[in-house]
Amino acid sequence: MIHIKDLTKEYKSKKNTVIGVDHVNLDIKKGEVFGIVGYSGAGKSSLLRCINLLERPTSGQVEVNGSDLTKLNGKELRKARLKIGMIFQHFYLISQKTVAENIAFALKAASTPKEKIKSRVSELLEMVGLTDKRDVFPAQLSGGQKQRVGIARALANDPAVLLCDEATSALDPNTTLAILRLLKKINKELNITIVLITHEMNVVKEICDRMAVMQDGRIIEEGDVYDIFSKPQTELTKEFISSVVSFDVPKSILDACKGSVVKVLFRGDVAGEGVISDTIQLFEVSGNFLRGSIEYIQERPLGLFLMEIQGQPDNISRAITYMESRGAQVEVIENGL
Amino acid sequence: MGFDFQHMIELLPDITLAFNQTLYMIGIALSVSLIIGLPLGIILFTTDRGLFLENRFVKTTLGFIVNMVRSVPFIILLVALIPLTKLIVGSTIGPAAASVSLSVAAIPFFARIVETSLREIDKGVIEAAVAVGATPWMIIKDVLLPEAKSSIIQGITLTIISLVAYSAMAGVVGGGGIGDLAIRFGYYRYDNTIMIVTVVILIVLVQLIQLLGDWTSKAIDKR
Ligand SMILES: Nc1ncnc2c1ncn2[C@@H]1O[C@H](COP(=O)(O)OP(=O)(O)O)[C@@H](O)[C@H]1O
Ligand SMILES: [Mg+2]
Repeated sequence: MIHIKDLTKEYKSKKNTVIGVDHVNLDIKKGEVFGIVGYSGAGKSSLLRCINLLERPTSGQVEVNGSDLTKLNGKELRKARLKIGMIFQHFYLISQKTVAENIAFALKAASTPKEKIKSRVSELLEMVGLTDKRDVFPAQLSGGQKQRVGIARALANDPAVLLCDEATSALDPNTTLAILRLLKKINKELNITIVLITHEMNVVKEICDRMAVMQDGRIIEEGDVYDIFSKPQTELTKEFISSVVSFDVPKSILDACKGSVVKVLFRGDVAGEGVISDTIQLFEVSGNFLRGSIEYIQERPLGLFLMEIQGQPDNISRAITYMESRGAQVEVIENGL
Repeated sequence: MGFDFQHMIELLPDITLAFNQTLYMIGIALSVSLIIGLPLGIILFTTDRGLFLENRFVKTTLGFIVNMVRSVPFIILLVALIPLTKLIVGSTIGPAAASVSLSVAAIPFFARIVETSLREIDKGVIEAAVAVGATPWMIIKDVLLPEAKSSIIQGITLTIISLVAYSAMAGVVGGGGIGDLAIRFGYYRYDNTIMIVTVVILIVLVQLIQLLGDWTSKAIDKR
């Protein structure tokens, strides 16, 4: 659906050149929700804005829905943009126009006949749950409602792709969740490919199928969200994951541990607790949970436990080998021996 | 010599005529500056760097011309434009003739005001419209003008008030008007009655325009 080839975006000024995106290659499949995470300044917005050519790439190609956008003239580009919706952190609605007029604006851009605009606006308002706000001005809406109008506007012309630039970053946690659910629903029901950028790993965990991590304009890690959560490769990715699933334990507690402290991770359907209780019985060790949780990513469980194992050193290492043989990933944090 | 009520009554026809002349000159100059200055301001803004009609040549050329006209003192413009005035109005004297110079001065003034008003719009809103696939004309009509409407009305108020002040100098080419009356009678002939009456009229006029402008600008703003 979206093919980005060797894309570079530089911002030149008289004094210096800032690199926003640095030789990025990325393929996003039809119908998936793709998340790009990174800290502020990593180049996420620059990359996203190159997908609908709000920023013209310095070099490289952007192919969306089969056409190379960098080669289109003004009129062709406008036509291509009708099929690429975009929503923003700060919504960017026309403040002097009502909700209905804001949505109608997008329909007018596609030369929709007047009599069709009214019914399509109603349809869109229903989809985002704002039927009663039709003639209200944006100033009278809450943040979440404004973003719903933004979504309705973005979906007006049946786009194939929806680009989301920190779409939930200005919203409170509950509203964020509601907007994310709406996006997921749109993705499922209308089969719209969604690309979202965020600095919050929670957002990715909630709705993305695949993800990429960006740093200094480059993509440093990319893959299935579940895989990345269970096997992060880079320090930065681990840092992002720890904001969602944390293993921090007070130092005094760790210091008081006499045995080995291990981090145990169970993927998918492996019944973590069962494996741990089997292990404890089989190897005559005692286990002491320090921290643990089961996260659901793409509706698959991911069990993560931090525990202290006490017993004979031989038994401890056999216990670890046993757990690994049953599908756990075990990492020894502190060897109490 | 203080204020003489009888004297004021005597001069009432003169005052009325002057008042009408002022309205006439301001009306013409304002209309012309709206018709030409508004599009000019829009072009100055939209051809700027990073905007949807970015065009360096147009931007710098128009910007240069606008600055040039604005840097000429009005009294000099009034004299310098006599040939142009003759061409357009067929005469170089009277309120119609003065309107030409007033218009020429008001166009760049108002254009810059429009440009500044448009600059206050959040760039993100314009970008969102570009991302939707809207044409430049649609963006101007449905985003720029509605979003800047309130601020442009304030600008129109400012333009009218500046025109009231400038029109006082129209006397140089026999334009007449309230300001001219104040200068000819009040200043040159030490006629305090006329001086007081005209100044009061000007104060009331400016206050009313400002009040009306503020009220309208607030009333139409949906923020
Ligand atoms: N219009 C611009 N002009 C100059 N530099 C820019 C511009 N937009 C972004 N940058 C720079 O490019 C880099 C990436 O920015 P951005 O894409 O906004 O990152 P992110 O969205 O991840 O916070 C930053 O160093 C930023 O300062
Ligand atoms: Mg950003």
